Amino acid sequence: MALPGVIPLAASATTNLFAAREQMAFTLAFHIVLACLGVALPATILVANYIGLKKNDHDALELAQRWSKAMAVTFAVGAVTGTVLSFEFGLLWPRFMERFGAAFGIAFGIEGLFFFLEAIFLAIYIYGWKRLPPWAHFWAGVPMFITGIGGAFSVVAANSWMNQPQGFVLDAAGKVTEVEPMKVIFNPATPYEVPHMILAAYMVVGFLVASIYAVGMLKGRRDRLHRLGLLIPLTIACIATPLQLLIGDTAAREVAHHQPAKFAAMECIQNTGGHQTEYLGGICTSSGVKLGIGIPDLDSLLVGFSPGTKVTGLNQIPNDERPPDNTFIHLAFNVMVGLGSALMLLVLWLAWSVFRKRDIPATPWFLKAVSVSGIAAIVALWAGWIVTEVGRQPWIVYKYMKTSEAVTHADGIWGAFIFTLLLYIAIGTIAVLVLRRMSRRWREGGEGTAEQEPSPYSPEEPGVAV
Amino acid sequence: MSIAAAVILWTGATFYAIFGGADFGGGFWDLIAGDAKKGWQPRMAIQRSLTPVWEANHVWLIFILVILWTAFPDAFSAIFSTLYVPLILAVLGIVLRGSGFAFRKQIGGLSEQRAAGATFALSSVITPFFMGTVVGAIAVGNVPAAGGGDAFSTWLAPGPLFFGAMFVATSAYLAAIFLVGDQRRAGDHEMELYFEKRALIAGAVAGIFAIVGLIALHSEGHYVYHRLLHEGLPVVIISAVCGLGALAALLLGNRVLLRPLAAGAVIAVIWGWFIAQFPYLLPTTMKISAAAAPDATLSAVFVVFGIAVVLVLPALFLLYFLAQSDFLEHEH
Ligand code: HDD
Ligand code: HEM
Ligand code: HEM
Repeated sequence: MALPGVIPLAASATTNLFAAREQMAFTLAFHIVLACLGVALPATILVANYIGLKKNDHDALELAQRWSKAMAVTFAVGAVTGTVLSFEFGLLWPRFMERFGAAFGIAFGIEGLFFFLEAIFLAIYIYGWKRLPPWAHFWAGVPMFITGIGGAFSVVAANSWMNQPQGFVLDAAGKVTEVEPMKVIFNPATPYEVPHMILAAYMVVGFLVASIYAVGMLKGRRDRLHRLGLLIPLTIACIATPLQLLIGDTAAREVAHHQPAKFAAMECIQNTGGHQTEYLGGICTSSGVKLGIGIPDLDSLLVGFSPGTKVTGLNQIPNDERPPDNTFIHLAFNVMVGLGSALMLLVLWLAWSVFRKRDIPATPWFLKAVSVSGIAAIVALWAGWIVTEVGRQPWIVYKYMKTSEAVTHADGIWGAFIFTLLLYIAIGTIAVLVLRRMSRRWREGGEGTAEQEPSPYSPEEPGVAV
Repeated sequence: MSIAAAVILWTGATFYAIFGGADFGGGFWDLIAGDAKKGWQPRMAIQRSLTPVWEANHVWLIFILVILWTAFPDAFSAIFSTLYVPLILAVLGIVLRGSGFAFRKQIGGLSEQRAAGATFALSSVITPFFMGTVVGAIAVGNVPAAGGGDAFSTWLAPGPLFFGAMFVATSAYLAAIFLVGDQRRAGDHEMELYFEKRALIAGAVAGIFAIVGLIALHSEGHYVYHRLLHEGLPVVIISAVCGLGALAALLLGNRVLLRPLAAGAVIAVIWGWFIAQFPYLLPTTMKISAAAAPDATLSAVFVVFGIAVVLVLPALFLLYFLAQSDFLEHEH
């Protein structure tokens, strides 16, 4: 059994499990970035589109058009990587689906509805710029905003259910016999996980898009288009960030109550009791945190608003139910909270400056900070998922099924994982190159170049076989 | 109740076969369209037809997977733990195809465009082939109810392989038929003839594969073969009549009946398969009723399907309507 702090790599019986987990984690981490674009980019585009139409603002319209063309590429990659995830449920975790598909599968059914509508209205919006009447075109885009949120809601509800399962009855053989779909979807973790993820998507998209224009402005491109391209997404991120911190704080308290093992791993709490110290950084050992900065009593204070609040420690969790790799979970949690707080400072800086002089801070340091904020938000997002998923281990369905029982017996999982890794790296690299090329073309061509004539190989080319 | 859920599953499969199938077929014709110069016109025609709709059509596959794992979790697990090799190859094809298509229009120079395009086209053939072997392996009864069947011999057999070939031929056929109509609308007579010729050939090949597949079924999947030629006979006849009718419509230049007849031939085959395996989900190891999830889950699936009928189908028709009446651009 994996001891805390040891990745279960060595034992040969667990190598399939390890490979399967790594594959799942890697493909999810890839997909989630594109998913954020699918969730939050529509709103960003629609805001620009609305400003453009309302105020007859060509720059805003040009931005909306460019972003929607970029989204055509990211959506396609998001759709195929999402399909991979659906296959992986069966390929990697057949026992999990067999036992619990009947219970939590329905959340994905709802997700499917939203994806359908998203794919349909996205196509109408992206390809309707030229020939649909402008306002009709705008309204054809509005469903994307709703379906993005709905899609995120249903997938994350499925994940919340894995963390706090309810709404089903098992018979003696462990088979699901009764299901209450409403209870499955609205499980106790849904109210904080779903908004936390949706806000994360808005933060990622807001800061990421803004950071692209911040880089441009640092290179001296300070035209109106760049300012708008910075301010529209940054405003959205500024609204999302404080809300995100509030919900994250609630989430932490909920986890402390309902998933004490996860919370103990996040905070490296060894022994149950009051007056728990909050540690920043450090390495978790069974005799306490080494090298971390400790703030006495703060942890108890955060959980129960009083320094005496009792918090469960790992000593109260059976050995074989403790999450692996404590330090990793602890640091991931620190990274999420740390980056979230840093982004909040950025938001306050901007708010202060706008309040004082109706403009963004003049110093280049502000733009430099914005230009790394997109990456920071993505890292926070990944760190959060590590806390949630690794912190739930060894369970795949908390308290009902261990991940080791769920894994496939198929051979060659390692090979498949390495292949997937290489393939995704290639696709990710090409996607970034393609997006950069699009942006360069727009820049060189000036306004109106969000259109491009396609050439599935030019007719003038001398005959070379494809 | 479980049978109604199976009908929903097959309905999803029908939509995917027609619309997703035609998209795969477009990739097939792109693949064999010849060099950059000769293939330019047909490739543009294919791209115009595919661009706005392929992502929406792709969601039918997700729909099938989700219904399968929610309503029939045991069958999902059995299929995925047995046929993982062709499933991995199919999903690999899906990844390459989607990203290849999306990148092709935006990527740098001509040779990169060609590489992306060739990836898209080649994977458009690989994906339906391996999906066909999966369906074939299920139909001939090679998937054990407990799952974990042999990773290779279950699908590396004449029956499943013929199913794979039939899937490729059928999607090429459907694509050519749809493209004939699109070219007629666009007023491109030359391309209309181009795809008409190909539709005829693909139709004939698909028909031959269907007959050979039936023979392979005789020796490998006796249960399904038997029921297909008894209970399923009316549907087989409908399929044959529609298929021949579509060929006649092609030759006579009747563009109104062409698409419905061609689609009808394919729809009849899919429902013939349903009838032939009834009452099994995995012939002859797992019955539909035995595989089904609890009633409350099935009810939830019905609700989801009901919403899909009310919301998604009209939206899909709107998309097709806008695409067909040239409201949408075909390029980025
Ligand atoms: C932009 C990204 C981002 C930022 C700035 C934050 N989070 Fe977060 N967090 C996520 C993105 C995220 C996430 C989307 O990655 C997770 C994973 C699962 C989930 O629901 O949201 C998450 C999970 C997650 C969990 C685990 C929930 C569970 O396991 O059920 C906790 C306790 C927190 N967060 C707490 C916080 C706190 C206290 C934050 C700041 C002060 C914070 N998060 C900022
Ligand atoms: C928190 C996690 C997730 C979120 C928020 C999310 C959200 C999204 C969004 C918004 C899309 C639309 C495509 C895009 O814009 O890129 C998408 C695509 C997709 N996702 Fe995810 N997803 C998540 C995790 C998963 C998981 C775990 C699965 C596997 C079951 C999955 C399966 C899919 C599928 C199949 C698609 C393609 C849909 C299509 O064809 O349009 N996603 N996801
Ligand atoms: C999209 C963002 C997500 C990321 C980055 C993420 C991350 C991870 C990580 C790091 C693991 C490996 C845990 C370990 O091996 O210790 C994992 C496992 C897993 N996750 Fe998530 N996760 C995400 C969302 C989801 C969602 C939405 C679902 C399902 C609804 C899900 C289902 C699973 C499953 C089935 C496993 C494998 C079993 C396990 O290790 O628990 N994940 N994920």
